[in-house]
Amino acid sequence: MKKILQIENVALTYQTLTDEITAINDLSFDCNDGEFLSIIGPSGCGKTTILSLIAGLIKHTSGKILIDEKPINIKNNDMGYMLQKDQLFPWRTIEKNVYLPLEIKRKLSDENKNYALSLLEKYGLKDFVKKYPSQLSGGMRQRVALIRTLVSNPKILLLDEPFSALDYQTRLAVCDDVYKIIKAERKTAVLVTHDISEALSMSDIIIVLSDRPAKVKSIHHPNLNGDTPLRKRESENFGFWFEKIWKELN
Amino acid sequence: MKKQKTFSTHHALFVKKVRNENILVWFLRFFILIALLGFWELFAYVGLIDSFITSSPSIIVKTIINLFANDNLLYHVGITLYETILGFLIASALGYIIALILWWSERLRRILEPYIVVLNSLPKIALGPLIIIWFGSGSKAIIFMAILIGIIVAIITMLNGFLEADDGKILLLKSMGANKFQILIKLIIPGSTATLISMLKINVGMAWIGSIMGEYLVSRAGLGYLIVYGGQVFKLDLVMASTVVLCILATLMYAVVAMLEKTIIKYKN
Ligand SMILES: Nc1ncnc2c1ncn2[C@@H]1O[C@H](COP(=O)(O)OP(=O)(O)O)[C@@H](O)[C@H]1O
Ligand SMILES: [Mg+2]
Repeated sequence: MKKILQIENVALTYQTLTDEITAINDLSFDCNDGEFLSIIGPSGCGKTTILSLIAGLIKHTSGKILIDEKPINIKNNDMGYMLQKDQLFPWRTIEKNVYLPLEIKRKLSDENKNYALSLLEKYGLKDFVKKYPSQLSGGMRQRVALIRTLVSNPKILLLDEPFSALDYQTRLAVCDDVYKIIKAERKTAVLVTHDISEALSMSDIIIVLSDRPAKVKSIHHPNLNGDTPLRKRESENFGFWFEKIWKELN
Repeated sequence: MKKQKTFSTHHALFVKKVRNENILVWFLRFFILIALLGFWELFAYVGLIDSFITSSPSIIVKTIINLFANDNLLYHVGITLYETILGFLIASALGYIIALILWWSERLRRILEPYIVVLNSLPKIALGPLIIIWFGSGSKAIIFMAILIGIIVAIITMLNGFLEADDGKILLLKSMGANKFQILIKLIIPGSTATLISMLKINVGMAWIGSIMGEYLVSRAGLGYLIVYGGQVFKLDLVMASTVVLCILATLMYAVVAMLEKTIIKYKN
Protein backbone atom coordinates (compact mmCIF):
# COMPACT_ATOMS: atom_id res chain seq x y z
CA MET A 1 0.00 0.00 0.00
CA LYS A 2 1.09 3.55 -0.71
CA LYS A 3 2.41 5.60 2.16
CA ILE A 4 0.59 8.92 2.02
CA LEU A 5 2.07 10.44 5.16
CA GLN A 6 5.49 9.87 6.67
CA ILE A 7 6.78 11.62 9.75
CA GLU A 8 10.46 10.98 10.48
CA ASN A 9 12.24 12.16 13.62
CA VAL A 10 10.27 15.38 13.66
CA ALA A 11 10.85 17.92 16.43
CA LEU A 12 9.25 21.27 17.09
CA THR A 13 10.17 23.88 19.65
CA TYR A 14 7.99 26.92 20.36
CA GLN A 15 9.81 30.12 21.23
CA THR A 16 8.37 32.59 23.69
CA LEU A 17 10.04 35.52 25.44
CA THR A 18 10.36 33.72 28.71
CA ASP A 19 10.57 30.10 27.63
CA GLU A 20 11.40 27.54 25.03
CA ILE A 21 8.79 24.80 24.83
CA THR A 22 9.69 21.58 23.06
CA ALA A 23 6.24 20.36 22.05
CA ILE A 24 7.41 17.44 19.94
CA ASN A 25 10.65 15.55 20.03
CA ASP A 26 11.83 12.76 17.75
CA LEU A 27 8.38 11.82 16.52
CA SER A 28 8.05 9.16 13.83
CA PHE A 29 5.06 7.37 12.37
CA ASP A 30 3.42 6.88 9.00
CA CYS A 31 0.04 6.32 7.48
CA ASN A 32 -1.13 4.43 4.38
CA ASP A 33 -3.54 5.74 1.81
CA GLY A 34 -7.15 5.26 2.91
CA GLU A 35 -6.34 4.45 6.52
CA PHE A 36 -7.98 5.99 9.56
CA LEU A 37 -5.29 6.91 12.04
CA SER A 38 -5.90 8.23 15.55
CA ILE A 39 -3.44 10.02 17.75
CA ILE A 40 -4.24 9.80 21.41
CA GLY A 41 -2.41 11.44 24.27
CA PRO A 42 -2.81 13.51 27.41
CA SER A 43 -3.96 17.06 26.88
CA GLY A 44 -1.16 19.54 26.27
CA CYS A 45 1.18 16.85 24.96
CA GLY A 46 1.43 18.28 21.46
CA LYS A 47 -1.40 16.71 19.45
CA THR A 48 -2.68 19.93 17.90
CA THR A 49 0.90 20.86 17.12
CA ILE A 50 1.31 17.65 15.10
CA LEU A 51 -1.77 18.46 13.01
CA SER A 52 -0.58 22.03 12.48
CA LEU A 53 2.69 20.62 11.16
CA ILE A 54 0.94 18.24 8.75
CA ALA A 55 -1.38 21.07 7.66
CA GLY A 56 1.65 23.19 6.93
CA LEU A 57 0.58 25.92 9.34
CA ILE A 58 3.88 25.86 11.20
CA LYS A 59 7.30 24.60 10.20
CA HIS A 60 9.06 21.80 12.05
CA THR A 61 12.39 22.53 13.73
CA SER A 62 14.03 19.34 12.53
CA GLY A 63 13.23 16.00 10.89
CA LYS A 64 11.21 15.19 7.79
CA ILE A 65 7.54 15.29 6.85
CA LEU A 66 6.64 13.59 3.57
CA ILE A 67 3.24 13.76 1.91
CA ASP A 68 2.92 11.30 -0.95
CA GLU A 69 6.63 10.67 -0.57
CA LYS A 70 7.45 14.33 -1.28
CA PRO A 71 8.58 16.87 1.33
CA ILE A 72 5.69 18.92 2.62
CA ASN A 73 5.01 22.02 0.56
CA ILE A 74 3.49 24.72 2.71
CA LYS A 75 2.44 26.83 -0.27
CA ASN A 76 0.49 24.11 -1.98
CA ASN A 77 -0.80 21.92 0.79
CA ASP A 78 -3.70 19.59 0.22
CA MET A 79 -5.27 19.05 3.61
CA GLY A 80 -8.79 19.33 4.94
CA TYR A 81 -8.79 20.58 8.52
CA MET A 82 -11.71 20.03 10.86
CA LEU A 83 -11.65 21.72 14.22
CA GLN A 84 -13.31 21.29 17.58
CA LYS A 85 -16.01 23.83 16.80
CA ASP A 86 -17.62 23.62 13.38
CA GLN A 87 -16.38 27.13 12.54
CA LEU A 88 -19.12 27.66 9.99
CA PHE A 89 -19.40 31.31 8.99
CA PRO A 90 -22.76 32.52 10.35
CA TRP A 91 -23.27 35.09 7.58
CA ARG A 92 -22.93 32.49 4.84
CA THR A 93 -25.57 29.99 3.82
CA ILE A 94 -24.69 26.29 4.10
CA GLU A 95 -24.02 26.20 0.37
CA LYS A 96 -21.73 29.24 0.53
CA ASN A 97 -19.97 27.76 3.56
CA VAL A 98 -18.96 24.63 1.71
CA TYR A 99 -17.81 26.68 -1.29
CA LEU A 100 -15.31 28.48 0.95
CA PRO A 101 -12.26 26.26 0.25
CA LEU A 102 -13.02 26.50 -3.47
CA GLU A 103 -13.06 30.29 -3.25
CA ILE A 104 -9.80 30.36 -1.32
CA LYS A 105 -8.09 27.99 -3.76
CA ARG A 106 -9.62 29.84 -6.73
CA LYS A 107 -11.32 26.68 -7.99
CA LEU A 108 -14.91 27.90 -7.94
CA SER A 109 -15.93 26.21 -11.21
CA ASP A 110 -19.43 24.94 -11.94
CA GLU A 111 -18.10 21.41 -11.83
CA ASN A 112 -16.65 21.84 -8.35
CA LYS A 113 -19.77 23.61 -7.14
CA ASN A 114 -21.90 20.74 -8.40
CA TYR A 115 -19.62 18.29 -6.64
CA ALA A 116 -20.07 20.23 -3.39
CA LEU A 117 -23.84 20.27 -3.86
CA SER A 118 -23.88 16.57 -4.66
CA LEU A 119 -22.05 15.88 -1.38
CA LEU A 120 -24.58 17.95 0.55
CA GLU A 121 -27.38 16.09 -1.14
CA LYS A 122 -25.79 12.67 -0.65
CA TYR A 123 -25.41 13.25 3.07
CA GLY A 124 -28.91 14.48 3.76
CA LEU A 125 -28.44 18.24 3.71
CA LYS A 126 -30.28 19.01 0.50
CA ASP A 127 -33.10 20.90 2.23
CA PHE A 128 -30.64 23.06 4.14
CA VAL A 129 -28.54 24.35 1.24
CA LYS A 130 -30.02 27.85 1.42
CA LYS A 131 -30.28 27.94 5.21
CA TYR A 132 -27.93 29.67 7.62
CA PRO A 133 -25.83 27.66 10.12
CA SER A 134 -27.86 28.98 13.08
CA GLN A 135 -30.86 27.10 11.68
CA LEU A 136 -29.11 23.70 11.96
CA SER A 137 -28.49 21.37 14.89
CA GLY A 138 -24.99 20.84 16.28
CA GLY A 139 -24.67 17.43 14.64
CA MET A 140 -25.73 18.71 11.24
CA ARG A 141 -23.35 21.62 11.49
CA GLN A 142 -20.47 19.24 12.15
CA ARG A 143 -21.55 17.25 9.06
CA VAL A 144 -21.46 20.46 7.01
CA ALA A 145 -18.00 21.22 8.43
CA LEU A 146 -16.84 17.77 7.26
CA ILE A 147 -18.30 18.25 3.79
CA ARG A 148 -16.57 21.62 3.60
CA THR A 149 -13.25 19.83 4.08
CA LEU A 150 -14.15 17.34 1.35
CA VAL A 151 -15.13 19.69 -1.47
CA SER A 152 -11.60 20.58 -2.44
CA ASN A 153 -10.73 16.90 -2.55
CA PRO A 154 -7.86 16.94 -0.06
CA LYS A 155 -5.34 14.12 0.25
CA ILE A 156 -5.68 13.84 4.00
CA LEU A 157 -8.35 14.91 6.48
CA LEU A 158 -7.08 16.29 9.75
CA LEU A 159 -9.57 16.12 12.61
CA ASP A 160 -8.69 17.92 15.84
CA GLU A 161 -11.02 16.61 18.56
CA PRO A 162 -13.96 17.40 16.28
CA PHE A 163 -16.60 15.92 18.59
CA SER A 164 -15.50 17.25 21.95
CA ALA A 165 -17.88 20.21 21.87
CA LEU A 166 -20.93 17.95 21.41
CA ASP A 167 -22.99 16.28 24.11
CA TYR A 168 -22.60 12.53 24.55
CA GLN A 169 -25.65 11.37 22.53
CA THR A 170 -24.96 13.66 19.62
CA ARG A 171 -21.33 12.72 19.75
CA LEU A 172 -22.00 9.02 19.19
CA ALA A 173 -24.27 9.83 16.26
CA VAL A 174 -21.91 12.35 14.68
CA CYS A 175 -18.99 9.98 15.17
CA ASP A 176 -20.88 7.34 13.17
CA ASP A 177 -21.85 9.90 10.59
CA VAL A 178 -18.36 11.25 10.05
CA TYR A 179 -16.87 7.77 9.92
CA LYS A 180 -19.32 6.63 7.24
CA ILE A 181 -18.73 9.70 5.12
CA ILE A 182 -14.96 9.42 5.36
CA LYS A 183 -15.07 5.73 4.42
CA ALA A 184 -17.56 6.30 1.61
CA GLU A 185 -15.34 8.99 0.13
CA ARG A 186 -12.27 6.77 0.67
CA LYS A 187 -10.30 9.43 2.50
CA THR A 188 -7.23 9.11 4.63
CA ALA A 189 -7.90 10.62 8.03
CA VAL A 190 -5.77 11.62 11.00
CA LEU A 191 -7.88 12.09 14.12
CA VAL A 192 -6.58 13.66 17.30
CA THR A 193 -8.43 12.88 20.51
CA HIS A 194 -8.03 12.21 24.19
CA ASP A 195 -11.06 9.92 24.23
CA ILE A 196 -10.03 6.26 24.11
CA SER A 197 -13.43 4.90 23.04
CA GLU A 198 -13.61 7.39 20.23
CA ALA A 199 -10.18 6.39 18.96
CA LEU A 200 -11.00 2.67 19.26
CA SER A 201 -14.34 2.94 17.53
CA MET A 202 -13.03 4.78 14.50
CA SER A 203 -9.46 3.87 13.72
CA ASP A 204 -7.41 1.29 11.90
CA ILE A 205 -4.30 2.50 13.72
CA ILE A 206 -3.94 4.15 17.11
CA ILE A 207 -0.81 5.99 18.10
CA VAL A 208 -0.38 6.59 21.80
CA LEU A 209 1.75 9.58 22.68
CA SER A 210 3.82 10.27 25.76
CA ASP A 211 3.56 13.44 27.83
CA ARG A 212 5.13 16.56 26.37
CA PRO A 213 7.40 16.53 24.43
CA ALA A 214 5.27 14.17 22.35
CA LYS A 215 6.93 10.94 21.31
CA VAL A 216 5.33 7.73 20.11
CA LYS A 217 4.78 5.47 23.09
CA SER A 218 3.12 2.63 21.23
CA ILE A 219 1.23 1.82 18.03
CA HIS A 220 -1.87 -0.40 17.92
CA HIS A 221 -3.99 -2.04 15.24
CA PRO A 222 -7.14 -2.91 17.17
CA ASN A 223 -8.98 -4.51 14.23
CA LEU A 224 -12.35 -4.57 15.99
CA ASN A 225 -15.36 -6.29 14.45
CA GLY A 226 -18.12 -4.12 13.08
CA ASP A 227 -18.44 -1.77 10.15
CA THR A 228 -19.45 1.37 12.07
CA PRO A 229 -18.12 3.02 15.23
CA LEU A 230 -21.30 2.09 17.14
CA ARG A 231 -20.94 -1.59 16.20
CA LYS A 232 -17.24 -1.53 17.06
CA ARG A 233 -18.11 -0.20 20.49
CA GLU A 234 -20.22 -3.35 20.94
CA SER A 235 -17.56 -5.81 19.77
CA GLU A 236 -16.20 -8.24 22.37
CA ASN A 237 -12.58 -7.04 22.16
CA PHE A 238 -13.50 -3.44 22.88
CA GLY A 239 -13.01 -3.75 26.64
CA PHE A 240 -9.69 -5.48 26.25
CA TRP A 241 -8.29 -2.75 24.01
CA PHE A 242 -9.76 0.03 26.11
CA GLU A 243 -8.01 -1.28 29.20
CA LYS A 244 -4.74 -1.78 27.37
CA ILE A 245 -4.61 1.77 26.06
CA TRP A 246 -5.95 3.24 29.27
CA LYS A 247 -3.06 1.64 31.18
CA GLU A 248 -0.56 3.07 28.75
CA LEU A 249 -1.94 6.53 29.11
CA ASN A 250 -1.71 6.48 32.90
CA MET B 1 -43.65 23.25 5.46
CA LYS B 2 -44.29 24.31 9.05
CA LYS B 3 -46.63 21.98 10.88
CA GLN B 4 -49.86 23.53 12.04
CA LYS B 5 -49.73 23.47 15.78
CA THR B 6 -52.66 23.81 18.11
CA PHE B 7 -52.12 25.85 21.25
CA SER B 8 -53.68 25.55 24.68
CA THR B 9 -55.67 28.39 26.18
CA HIS B 10 -52.66 29.21 28.36
CA HIS B 11 -50.80 30.26 25.25
CA ALA B 12 -53.52 32.72 24.28
CA LEU B 13 -53.43 34.17 27.77
CA PHE B 14 -49.67 34.45 27.63
CA VAL B 15 -49.74 36.21 24.25
CA LYS B 16 -52.41 38.55 25.51
CA LYS B 17 -50.36 39.41 28.59
CA VAL B 18 -47.25 40.24 26.55
CA ARG B 19 -49.33 42.31 24.12
CA ASN B 20 -51.03 44.25 26.93
CA GLU B 21 -47.65 44.99 28.48
CA ASN B 22 -46.42 46.41 25.16
CA ILE B 23 -49.52 48.55 24.75
CA LEU B 24 -49.09 49.86 28.29
CA VAL B 25 -45.44 50.79 27.64
CA TRP B 26 -46.35 52.69 24.48
CA PHE B 27 -49.25 54.38 26.20
CA LEU B 28 -47.08 55.55 29.10
CA ARG B 29 -44.45 56.84 26.71
CA PHE B 30 -47.00 59.06 24.98
CA PHE B 31 -48.57 59.94 28.27
CA ILE B 32 -45.28 61.31 29.62
CA LEU B 33 -44.77 63.35 26.45
CA ILE B 34 -48.30 64.74 26.44
CA ALA B 35 -48.20 65.42 30.19
CA LEU B 36 -44.87 67.24 29.91
CA LEU B 37 -46.04 69.36 27.00
CA GLY B 38 -49.43 69.93 28.64
CA PHE B 39 -48.06 71.08 31.99
CA TRP B 40 -45.40 73.18 30.29
CA GLU B 41 -48.04 74.91 28.20
CA LEU B 42 -50.45 75.27 31.10
CA PHE B 43 -47.90 76.67 33.57
CA ALA B 44 -46.64 79.12 30.96
CA TYR B 45 -50.24 80.14 30.19
CA VAL B 46 -51.23 80.79 33.80
CA GLY B 47 -47.89 82.48 34.48
CA LEU B 48 -46.49 79.91 36.91
CA ILE B 49 -43.32 79.84 34.82
CA ASP B 50 -41.91 82.71 32.79
CA SER B 51 -42.41 81.86 29.14
CA PHE B 52 -39.79 84.44 28.22
CA ILE B 53 -37.17 82.13 29.76
CA THR B 54 -38.76 78.72 29.30
CA SER B 55 -40.79 79.35 26.15
CA SER B 56 -43.80 77.07 25.69
CA PRO B 57 -44.87 74.35 23.26
CA SER B 58 -47.28 76.61 21.37
CA ILE B 59 -44.69 79.38 21.08
CA ILE B 60 -42.11 76.86 19.85
CA VAL B 61 -44.50 75.61 17.16
CA LYS B 62 -45.29 79.19 16.14
CA THR B 63 -41.60 80.04 16.04
CA ILE B 64 -40.84 77.04 13.86
CA ILE B 65 -43.62 77.99 11.45
CA ASN B 66 -42.35 81.56 11.42
CA LEU B 67 -38.78 80.48 10.86
CA PHE B 68 -39.96 78.32 8.04
CA ALA B 69 -41.97 81.12 6.41
CA ASN B 70 -39.76 84.17 6.98
CA ASP B 71 -36.26 83.19 8.00
CA ASN B 72 -35.30 80.41 5.70
CA LEU B 73 -35.38 77.57 8.21
CA LEU B 74 -34.78 75.10 5.39
CA TYR B 75 -31.61 76.97 4.45
CA HIS B 76 -30.21 76.57 7.96
CA VAL B 77 -31.34 72.97 8.19
CA GLY B 78 -29.73 72.30 4.82
CA ILE B 79 -26.40 73.78 5.90
CA THR B 80 -26.29 71.81 9.14
CA LEU B 81 -27.40 68.59 7.47
CA TYR B 82 -24.77 69.01 4.77
CA GLU B 83 -22.01 69.50 7.35
CA THR B 84 -23.20 66.69 9.57
CA ILE B 85 -23.73 64.12 6.84
CA LEU B 86 -20.47 64.93 5.10
CA GLY B 87 -18.61 64.85 8.40
CA PHE B 88 -20.32 61.57 9.29
CA LEU B 89 -19.55 59.90 5.97
CA ILE B 90 -15.93 61.02 5.77
CA ALA B 91 -15.18 60.20 9.43
CA SER B 92 -16.77 56.75 9.13
CA ALA B 93 -15.15 55.86 5.81
CA LEU B 94 -11.72 57.17 6.72
CA GLY B 95 -11.91 55.61 10.17
CA TYR B 96 -12.85 52.26 8.62
CA ILE B 97 -9.96 52.36 6.15
CA ILE B 98 -7.42 53.40 8.78
CA ALA B 99 -8.66 50.61 11.07
CA LEU B 100 -8.17 48.14 8.19
CA ILE B 101 -4.60 49.32 7.69
CA LEU B 102 -3.93 49.03 11.41
CA TRP B 103 -5.39 45.51 11.41
CA TRP B 104 -3.10 44.60 8.53
CA SER B 105 0.10 45.82 10.09
CA GLU B 106 0.70 44.86 13.67
CA ARG B 107 3.85 46.93 13.69
CA LEU B 108 2.06 50.10 12.59
CA ARG B 109 -0.62 49.37 15.18
CA ARG B 110 1.97 49.23 17.93
CA ILE B 111 3.75 52.36 16.71
CA LEU B 112 0.57 54.43 16.50
CA GLU B 113 -1.12 53.18 19.65
CA PRO B 114 0.04 56.00 21.99
CA TYR B 115 -0.94 58.64 19.42
CA ILE B 116 -4.44 57.21 19.14
CA VAL B 117 -4.78 57.12 22.91
CA VAL B 118 -3.76 60.79 23.18
CA LEU B 119 -6.03 61.89 20.34
CA ASN B 120 -8.90 59.96 21.86
CA SER B 121 -8.63 61.62 25.25
CA LEU B 122 -8.03 65.12 23.85
CA PRO B 123 -11.20 67.27 23.91
CA LYS B 124 -11.34 68.11 20.22
CA ILE B 125 -13.06 71.44 20.85
CA ALA B 126 -9.74 72.66 22.23
CA LEU B 127 -8.49 72.64 18.63
CA GLY B 128 -11.26 75.07 17.62
CA PRO B 129 -9.07 78.20 17.31
CA LEU B 130 -6.46 76.26 15.29
CA ILE B 131 -9.12 74.89 12.98
CA ILE B 132 -10.51 78.38 12.35
CA ILE B 133 -7.03 79.62 11.43
CA TRP B 134 -6.44 76.67 9.12
CA PHE B 135 -9.82 76.43 7.43
CA GLY B 136 -11.40 79.86 7.89
CA SER B 137 -14.77 80.35 9.50
CA GLY B 138 -17.06 78.47 7.16
CA SER B 139 -18.49 75.03 6.49
CA LYS B 140 -15.03 73.61 5.85
CA ALA B 141 -13.92 74.21 9.43
CA ILE B 142 -17.14 72.72 10.77
CA ILE B 143 -16.90 69.61 8.64
CA PHE B 144 -13.31 69.21 9.77
CA MET B 145 -14.44 69.42 13.38
CA ALA B 146 -17.12 66.78 12.78
CA ILE B 147 -14.55 64.50 11.14
CA LEU B 148 -12.05 64.99 13.92
CA ILE B 149 -14.56 64.04 16.58
CA GLY B 150 -15.90 61.01 14.71
CA ILE B 151 -12.79 59.50 13.22
CA ILE B 152 -10.94 58.45 16.37
CA VAL B 153 -13.99 56.63 17.72
CA ALA B 154 -14.50 55.02 14.33
CA ILE B 155 -10.91 53.78 14.22
CA ILE B 156 -10.94 52.38 17.75
CA THR B 157 -14.35 50.71 17.41
CA MET B 158 -13.60 49.12 14.03
CA LEU B 159 -10.09 47.98 14.96
CA ASN B 160 -11.45 46.21 18.03
CA GLY B 161 -14.10 44.58 15.84
CA PHE B 162 -11.50 43.39 13.33
CA LEU B 163 -9.22 42.02 16.03
CA GLU B 164 -12.09 40.11 17.61
CA ALA B 165 -12.25 37.68 14.68
CA ASP B 166 -12.27 34.06 15.82
CA ASP B 167 -8.77 32.52 15.89
CA GLY B 168 -10.25 29.15 14.95
CA LYS B 169 -11.71 30.62 11.76
CA ILE B 170 -8.40 32.27 10.88
CA LEU B 171 -6.67 28.91 11.41
CA LEU B 172 -9.26 27.21 9.22
CA LEU B 173 -8.73 29.71 6.39
CA LYS B 174 -4.96 29.37 6.67
CA SER B 175 -5.28 25.59 6.46
CA MET B 176 -7.12 26.11 3.16
CA GLY B 177 -4.11 28.10 2.01
CA ALA B 178 -5.65 31.56 2.42
CA ASN B 179 -3.35 34.57 2.30
CA LYS B 180 -3.80 37.64 4.47
CA PHE B 181 -5.87 39.47 1.86
CA GLN B 182 -8.26 36.52 1.58
CA ILE B 183 -8.60 36.38 5.36
CA LEU B 184 -9.49 40.06 5.24
CA ILE B 185 -12.08 39.68 2.49
CA LYS B 186 -13.66 36.40 3.58
CA LEU B 187 -13.59 36.75 7.36
CA ILE B 188 -12.55 40.09 8.84
CA ILE B 189 -14.80 42.36 6.79
CA PRO B 190 -17.99 40.26 6.62
CA GLY B 191 -17.48 39.16 10.24
CA SER B 192 -17.51 42.72 11.53
CA THR B 193 -20.77 44.07 10.08
CA ALA B 194 -22.30 44.22 13.57
CA THR B 195 -19.37 46.35 14.71
CA LEU B 196 -19.73 48.52 11.61
CA ILE B 197 -23.36 49.19 12.45
CA SER B 198 -22.62 50.10 16.04
CA MET B 199 -19.76 52.32 14.87
CA LEU B 200 -22.16 54.12 12.49
CA LYS B 201 -24.69 54.53 15.28
CA ILE B 202 -22.08 56.06 17.60
CA ASN B 203 -20.81 58.24 14.77
CA VAL B 204 -24.23 59.72 14.01
CA GLY B 205 -24.09 61.23 17.49
CA MET B 206 -20.45 62.26 17.09
CA ALA B 207 -21.12 64.00 13.79
CA TRP B 208 -23.93 66.06 15.34
CA ILE B 209 -21.72 67.03 18.26
CA GLY B 210 -19.00 68.03 15.79
CA SER B 211 -21.18 70.08 13.48
CA ILE B 212 -23.13 71.89 16.20
CA MET B 213 -19.98 72.60 18.20
CA GLY B 214 -18.32 73.80 15.03
CA GLU B 215 -21.24 76.11 14.31
CA TYR B 216 -21.10 77.48 17.85
CA LEU B 217 -17.50 78.40 17.20
CA VAL B 218 -17.44 79.85 13.74
CA SER B 219 -20.49 79.86 11.61
CA ARG B 220 -22.84 82.36 10.03
CA ALA B 221 -25.54 79.81 9.30
CA GLY B 222 -27.00 76.51 10.42
CA LEU B 223 -29.02 75.28 13.41
CA GLY B 224 -26.06 75.66 15.77
CA TYR B 225 -25.71 79.23 14.62
CA LEU B 226 -29.44 79.87 15.22
CA ILE B 227 -29.11 78.47 18.74
CA VAL B 228 -26.07 80.59 19.60
CA TYR B 229 -27.57 83.67 17.97
CA GLY B 230 -30.87 83.14 19.82
CA GLY B 231 -28.95 82.93 23.08
CA GLN B 232 -26.99 86.07 22.39
CA VAL B 233 -30.03 88.22 21.60
CA PHE B 234 -32.08 86.50 24.31
CA LYS B 235 -34.62 85.06 21.89
CA LEU B 236 -35.09 81.82 23.79
CA ASP B 237 -38.02 80.82 21.58
CA LEU B 238 -35.54 80.64 18.75
CA VAL B 239 -33.15 78.54 20.85
CA MET B 240 -35.90 76.11 21.82
CA ALA B 241 -37.36 75.88 18.33
CA SER B 242 -33.97 75.16 16.76
CA THR B 243 -33.24 72.55 19.43
CA VAL B 244 -36.51 70.79 18.68
CA VAL B 245 -35.76 70.73 14.95
CA LEU B 246 -32.29 69.39 15.79
CA CYS B 247 -33.79 66.61 17.92
CA ILE B 248 -36.05 65.54 15.09
CA LEU B 249 -33.23 65.51 12.51
CA ALA B 250 -30.82 63.58 14.75
CA THR B 251 -33.49 60.97 15.48
CA LEU B 252 -34.27 60.60 11.77
CA MET B 253 -30.61 60.10 10.92
CA TYR B 254 -30.27 57.48 13.64
CA ALA B 255 -33.38 55.75 12.31
CA VAL B 256 -31.83 55.54 8.84
CA VAL B 257 -28.76 53.76 10.27
CA ALA B 258 -30.98 51.45 12.32
CA MET B 259 -32.90 50.57 9.15
CA LEU B 260 -29.61 49.78 7.44
CA GLU B 261 -28.90 47.35 10.25
CA LYS B 262 -32.10 45.42 9.56
CA THR B 263 -31.33 45.04 5.86
CA ILE B 264 -27.66 44.10 6.29
CA ILE B 265 -27.77 41.61 9.13
CA LYS B 266 -30.30 39.14 7.85
CA TYR B 267 -28.57 35.95 8.98
CA LYS B 268 -29.42 36.66 12.61
CA ASN B 269 -32.86 35.19 13.04
N1 LIG C 1 2.05 29.09 19.71
C1 LIG C 1 2.57 28.53 20.81
N2 LIG C 1 3.58 29.13 21.48
C2 LIG C 1 4.10 28.57 22.59
N3 LIG C 1 3.71 27.39 23.11
C3 LIG C 1 2.72 26.74 22.49
C4 LIG C 1 2.10 27.26 21.31
N4 LIG C 1 1.14 26.39 20.91
C5 LIG C 1 1.16 25.38 21.80
N5 LIG C 1 2.12 25.56 22.74
C6 LIG C 1 2.46 24.65 23.87
O1 LIG C 1 2.82 23.41 23.30
C7 LIG C 1 2.28 22.34 24.05
C8 LIG C 1 1.46 21.43 23.13
O2 LIG C 1 0.28 22.11 22.70
P1 LIG C 1 -0.84 21.43 21.81
O3 LIG C 1 -0.20 20.85 20.59
O4 LIG C 1 -1.91 22.40 21.61
O5 LIG C 1 -1.32 20.25 22.79
P2 LIG C 1 -2.63 19.32 22.69
O6 LIG C 1 -3.33 19.61 21.41
O7 LIG C 1 -2.11 17.93 22.77
O8 LIG C 1 -3.46 19.63 23.88
C9 LIG C 1 1.45 22.94 25.15
O9 LIG C 1 2.19 22.86 26.34
C10 LIG C 1 1.25 24.37 24.73
O10 LIG C 1 1.25 25.21 25.86
MG1 LIG D 1 -5.34 20.41 21.14
